Amino acid sequence: MRPPVRADVGVDGQESRMTTAQEIAEGQPGSATVNGRARGLAGITSHTTALDWLRGLGLTGAKEGCAEGECGACSVLVARPAIAATGESGAAQATGGTEWVALNACLLPAAGLDGQEVVTAEGLAGGGSAPERLHPVQRELADRGGSQCGYCTPGFVCSMAAEYYRPGRADGSAEAGDPEAGDPEAGDHEAERGATEQGPNGFDLHALGGNLCRCTGYRPIRDAAYALGTPAAGDPLAERRDRPPPAVPATRVSPAPSGSARSSGSTGGGYLRPGSLAEALEILAEHPEATVLAGSTDLGVEVNLRGARPAYLLAVDRLPELRGLAAAGEQIRLGAALSLTEVERLLARRVPLLDDLFWQFGSRLVRNAATLGGNLGTGSPIGDAPPALLALDASLVLASWRDGGVVERVVDLADYFTGYRTTRREPGELITEVVIPLPLAGLTAFHKIAKRRYDDISSVAVGFALDVHGGEVRRARIGLGGVAATPVRARATEEALTGRPWDDRTVAAAAERLAEEGTPLDDHRASARYRAAMLGESLRKLYAEHPDPALPDGALA
Amino acid sequence: MSRLSERPDGAVVGEALPHESATLHVTGLALYTDDLVARTRDCLHAWPVQAPHAHARVTGLRVEPALNEPGVVRVLTAADVPGVNDAGIKEDEPLFPTEVMFHGHAVCWVLAETLEAARRGAERVEVDYRPLPSVVDLRGAIAADSFQGAQPTVQRGDVGAGLARSTHVFGGEIEFAGQEHFYLETHCSLAHVDEAGQVFVQSSTQHPSETQQIVAHVLGLRSHEVTVQCLRMGGGFGGKEMQPHGLAAIAALGATLTGRPVRLRLNRTQDLTMTGKRHGFHASWRVGFDDDGLLQALEATLTSDGGWSLDLSEPVLARALCHVDNAYWVPDIRLTGRIARTHKTSQTAFRGFGGPQGMLVLEDILGRCAPRLGLDPAELRRRNFYVDGQATPYGQPVRHAERLATAWEQVHATGDLAARQEEVARFNADHPHRKRGLAVTPVKFGISFNLTAFNQAGALVHVYKDGSVLINHGGTEMGQGLHTKMLQVAATTLGVPLDTVRLAPTRTDKVPNTSATAASSGADLNGGAVKDACEQIRGRLTEAAAGALGVPPGEVWIRDGVVGAGGTDRTLTWAELVHAVYFARVQLFAAGYYRTEGLHWDSTAMRGSPFKYFAYGVAAAEVEVDGFTGGYRTRRVDIVHDVGDSLSPLVDLGQIEGGFVQGAGWLTLEDLRWDTGDGEGTGRLATQSASTYKLPSFSEMPEVFNVALLERAHEDGAVYGSKAVGEPPLMLAFSVREALRAAVAAFGPPGTSVDLGCPSTPEAVYWAVVAARSHRPEETPRSGPTGADGTRPDEPPPPDPDAPARLPESELAPHLLGGPRADVGEGR
Repeated sequence: MRPPVRADVGVDGQESRMTTAQEIAEGQPGSATVNGRARGLAGITSHTTALDWLRGLGLTGAKEGCAEGECGACSVLVARPAIAATGESGAAQATGGTEWVALNACLLPAAGLDGQEVVTAEGLAGGGSAPERLHPVQRELADRGGSQCGYCTPGFVCSMAAEYYRPGRADGSAEAGDPEAGDPEAGDHEAERGATEQGPNGFDLHALGGNLCRCTGYRPIRDAAYALGTPAAGDPLAERRDRPPPAVPATRVSPAPSGSARSSGSTGGGYLRPGSLAEALEILAEHPEATVLAGSTDLGVEVNLRGARPAYLLAVDRLPELRGLAAAGEQIRLGAALSLTEVERLLARRVPLLDDLFWQFGSRLVRNAATLGGNLGTGSPIGDAPPALLALDASLVLASWRDGGVVERVVDLADYFTGYRTTRREPGELITEVVIPLPLAGLTAFHKIAKRRYDDISSVAVGFALDVHGGEVRRARIGLGGVAATPVRARATEEALTGRPWDDRTVAAAAERLAEEGTPLDDHRASARYRAAMLGESLRKLYAEHPDPALPDGALA
Repeated sequence: MSRLSERPDGAVVGEALPHESATLHVTGLALYTDDLVARTRDCLHAWPVQAPHAHARVTGLRVEPALNEPGVVRVLTAADVPGVNDAGIKEDEPLFPTEVMFHGHAVCWVLAETLEAARRGAERVEVDYRPLPSVVDLRGAIAADSFQGAQPTVQRGDVGAGLARSTHVFGGEIEFAGQEHFYLETHCSLAHVDEAGQVFVQSSTQHPSETQQIVAHVLGLRSHEVTVQCLRMGGGFGGKEMQPHGLAAIAALGATLTGRPVRLRLNRTQDLTMTGKRHGFHASWRVGFDDDGLLQALEATLTSDGGWSLDLSEPVLARALCHVDNAYWVPDIRLTGRIARTHKTSQTAFRGFGGPQGMLVLEDILGRCAPRLGLDPAELRRRNFYVDGQATPYGQPVRHAERLATAWEQVHATGDLAARQEEVARFNADHPHRKRGLAVTPVKFGISFNLTAFNQAGALVHVYKDGSVLINHGGTEMGQGLHTKMLQVAATTLGVPLDTVRLAPTRTDKVPNTSATAASSGADLNGGAVKDACEQIRGRLTEAAAGALGVPPGEVWIRDGVVGAGGTDRTLTWAELVHAVYFARVQLFAAGYYRTEGLHWDSTAMRGSPFKYFAYGVAAAEVEVDGFTGGYRTRRVDIVHDVGDSLSPLVDLGQIEGGFVQGAGWLTLEDLRWDTGDGEGTGRLATQSASTYKLPSFSEMPEVFNVALLERAHEDGAVYGSKAVGEPPLMLAFSVREALRAAVAAFGPPGTSVDLGCPSTPEAVYWAVVAARSHRPEETPRSGPTGADGTRPDEPPPPDPDAPARLPESELAPHLLGGPRADVGEGR
């Protein structure tokens, strides 16, 4: 492995306020701007969710429906830096502007809102319910029967408003979506997908994939979304997009004062957001027990549903050094703290395998927060990124603080997972980048088997990356999730394919081999028998759909 | 046309209006019970101590460690109950149990200054359990003879003779899952003690009167000392018909003991693990057809999984038995029902209330038998439709049976089904790995509470001196648009513009002794009561206007807020009239009352005419199945549904679409799983969160979704000619499961009979595809139709002769009057 190349850094365009750990430790959380008004964060603990904080302010529009980011009833808008791919390498660069991002407030620590701007359903209508002041999103939903019980509605409003304001939405630039939304056997995938899951106004229905409604059956909500126009002149949220995003201050929230046995003593703990990677690593070296926090889409669930109260939370999601992306020379380097949505946009379909993955990874609300670093950091055997990244032969850059400086090492993802939720990441180490070698394989696919097409957890997931030249499989990489205590490579299957003709016989034999990989279990998602069957079927399906593979247009060769 | 059903000119009913709270919903300003907490001072928060056993004796309970936790104020236990320690209607649901009856059963509750402190306190309560043997699955309960409640039989003719004369006899079984309500708003109550010790409980409840009664009962108070208010619910679907009572009682008990407001809100996991769900059922059956495919006889035993207590299981079972026939005439029939007792949550009402479960049995039979009979499933269904003059197995004439045929033909025409069937066949011929299926199914659903007494309602209408109108009625709003309809009814009856009328939240001190807002009956019953109250006021105003205008009362009209009369050009505004009438000392408010006429039901004999009318509908669904995975998509749905003359078309459309998707969720996606192993976790709900229990999302919305309301559908027996709409559309979703069956069959040779698991998840569909490809019945315990070769299938089991009989209503009423809990519901 070559020494790592530095990715572009500092993409978020805000002035980075350099602080020392000492300075942060003495700080207190300040305030956040909610619906245009400064609201103090004093009184929160490190585990207070943004949702509970907002509701405590009397802004009860955002609701708790599930407390685990599945239902979107708590969706709110948060101002985030707009970033775009630039130049030949597609490097991530801040545009200098702001984007309205919808997030699950139930997963977001309130401390993470320090200095940030939030808009809720109440704020979109200026605090009242006068018909003439309704936001266009609210107007369409109200008029078209988009609410029945109304409990999920404020969340739908915010998710829909984020898509309403998405840059490029009205010019029809779609987000990555389900190619099977149309009819893959009927011809043009993209056109079909566009016809069924994107409105004539460019509205991507996946923007609402993380919002559940138990009453309407969704049709009127879809119609409301597809009826939206473009923001009017003078629309304050639209105008806000042209100004710089809020700065990200270093934040410190003390541990809960209530004498919980679980909260740490006075020597540290609580919620800490350092300003630089070096600072973060220094703190982590001193407190290897600290829980590293990025999008909080996993930890938030542990806190809300399983009573986890980690004493020390270290927020790394806004560290500029972790938010670069570039395709340079023989690698693509993805910053570990970019949100999945950001990676999806910045890659702009240049990695078809990841494009297959993105729309199936959680929901838009989750992808707006979740990071690759987090998905790999938790070491879950059913994370959806590992099977895809294993197939891409990805490696990770792990950084730590040693002898007064930052030290990096590179670990192949295939060697990274060591057991159920355990990895080669050492205490004090942080995942900073995911590196994908180029050129990409010509035939790739990501197959996710789950009960529900949108926003479900995989029963099994399979990433394929095959090089087929002249009818022969030259190289095969297959990553599997959900079939063992860790994500694994299907090495026996890879072997059964490599060097053989890409034909019925090879595929039939390799599919049988694939069905025997791993040790799938019976659980509430699927039987072991089904999981094993799905492994074999995934290869048969890949072959049926690509009997004669050619490199897709636009992919990075 | 009856007086009840006739619409005046310029009626506000019939207008397509958004939900009355739509602007509050979209702006986040609509308040739900838990939103009040941020507006309430000094609130305490409640957290349950949940037992980690499916069945156990509580042998010790030490609360002191919890009291040492900072912020904990009190731990509520059985010793604190001043009244009766029971939250049910059958006196079989101790509020603080000494015998744990299901995994997650709350044994006591911690009150604390914060939710976090209450949670920590609950972790520190020490409970000793002695585990007891448990039964956690339906087949296990049947094998162990673990039953509860009555075992009724619906019977007509001679089923033995019917089977004997049948030329095709099949037998089989089906077991299908229940369903979690997953209202987005979990259970919540907020209680405080008012002036003079009166208890005020705000609760997310479909049945405020019963919540009031149970709270009073637990606290040892009388009903007039307890007031329950429901602002609105974030969904109910039947899950808040019975289940809120005990939770409200805990909050009220805490409030009376501490003097502080107490909030009890279940988080999602608590809600899933503690409260009841739709009953799953098992059914074994024998069915006979003649050579034309006409049903001759059906014999079936339905066993519901009732969970640990009866709750509403008996009336749910009764409705199931009354709906097995669905839209089909079965001359000789015997249907027996049993309720299994299992160590699970106590299953309860859920949209359809047993109706969907009953219908599923016969729809599944028809889907499985059609290929054996060599008939297209749609043709088999159509041939067996009821026609006018026929009666249901329990003896109720099927009025307007022709609407089934009308809706069926309309769906075929507007859905272009004939051409699309050909298109599907062409697609299937061209695609080895993907198959499409198109199916069409009917619904006939009886409207009214089975139990006649519940078919009554009240309303209170005020007209203020300025002409503004405030209405109260006994129904609750859970998103179904009841309040929207009631506003339209009031405006129509009074002859005023809609914005003249406001509606106040449902409170037991406004309208007493209400029935649950359930059984789809909310608009029928409360609409009748609102109309009655408004007619009284309008009658008085008409008299006064006649005097003022110098015309006979019969000449007066009030329309859109203008009062005039034939033979004169003079008009008054509504406000002028009201103002004048007040000074003439005329009463400007009225209590309205309504009861459904013409119902009778003998719940022992299971005979009578319990329903005012039937609601009809037909749906056609087209799906596409991926043969590699069993995954599928719903490509198109066409529905024609009978809502009578719609009171509010946009609301009704929403009920039809939403009910359909919810039904499709039950049948194809939602997958409740309990740990049925022998280990320590036995009986634990495995799907206890939104990440493991998946309800339909945007990906399950039919890509093309056409819904039409049946035209010329006036219903003489209901308010302004309308029909109930809450539940019936759920059962239109059988079309999706039958379309999946058709698509699966297309993977096999022609005539393949498909046995499909239920819920028909991708995995269930995949195994059915595997079976179809190999052209053999699927290898699951659900055996396919057998017996066509001459072997006679096993007879379904009879009821247990020792099961308790249900009292017929005539005996029930005096029984209730004599008891201490005279007005607590007996189910429906």
